[in-house]
Amino acid sequence: MLLIQVFIVAFAVFAVSRAVVRFREGLLGLAWLVFWALVWVGVAVVVSLPQTTTWFASLVGVGRGVDAVIYVAIVFLFYLVFRIFLRLEKLEHDISLLVREFGLKTDREGPPEGGEQSDG
Amino acid sequence: MRTAVIVPAYNEERTVGAVVRSLAADGHEVIVVDDGSADRTGEAARRAGARVIRHVLNRGLGAAIGTGVAAALRGPAEVLVTFDADGQHRSEDIPRLVGPIGCDEADVTIGTRSEKRHRMPLTRRLANWTGNALTFLLFGKWVNDSQSGLRAFSRPAAEDLELRCDRMEVSSEIIKEIKRHGWRLVEVPIVPIYTEYSMSKGQGFVTGLKTAIRLLLRRVAK
Repeated sequence: MLLIQVFIVAFAVFAVSRAVVRFREGLLGLAWLVFWALVWVGVAVVVSLPQTTTWFASLVGVGRGVDAVIYVAIVFLFYLVFRIFLRLEKLEHDISLLVREFGLKTDREGPPEGGEQSDG
Repeated sequence: MRTAVIVPAYNEERTVGAVVRSLAADGHEVIVVDDGSADRTGEAARRAGARVIRHVLNRGLGAAIGTGVAAALRGPAEVLVTFDADGQHRSEDIPRLVGPIGCDEADVTIGTRSEKRHRMPLTRRLANWTGNALTFLLFGKWVNDSQSGLRAFSRPAAEDLELRCDRMEVSSEIIKEIKRHGWRLVEVPIVPIYTEYSMSKGQGFVTGLKTAIRLLLRRVAK
């Protein structure tokens, strides 16, 4: 086994253990734990048994195994970025709702009682 | 009809006072949402006679409009108008926007900057057309000036308005809402005032591009 393979497999094991810890702390849902476990087990398998990628590549019709891995990785990264975008947008909107509530609470004039304008 | 005019304002201390005075002189309730301005926008608006609601952080046009609508709905307003703080809209156009709602011919009206097209600078016209096209592609409704900041809503429409976009995308989101609720829309020609100042305030190319990308991603997310 090459040194790089040992490193990557060790990192995958570390990553799975982190996910398990997060799950135990209640910071990661079960679905996400399974998702990340599958991802990292997949990484470990592909790295330690590179010939599996050739099998996968011929299955999906891409020439080389390495190419197939890179394509999958890019799609996966795009998906993750998209999820982060959605999460950020939600957070941003939540901040706006907070800012709105705060603004309305400190709305000193309040709604006009008789529709009177201040004389400025 | 009791009309509340919502003026979202971000760093508009130079123009917001005059805008508020012209609106107040016509007897409208004026609500300025000071969207976390770094200058004295809020102070200028208050001195001119507006009810000012301040965002402690800058949250963008959509968030400011949402806050203005929420504030106006606390009062007795029957029609809610959105109005730009940069001085490009004229207070005297408001009755023409409110009219169709008052006669129950419309739930929403939009002030369309289509008259005197030649006065609109080419880059702005191109940007507006792109905004219209994108709005149509994403939400399936063609509006002649989807990015116009001058609009009027009946109170029931404003109560049902659900805005989730905090920034410039809100203009297209409002069109989406019109389509989703099946509101009757009347487009009212207006004459914008293009000053060097108001031209510098609109969406630049980069902001416009960001707006377009966020709209696309949001559409995919739904």
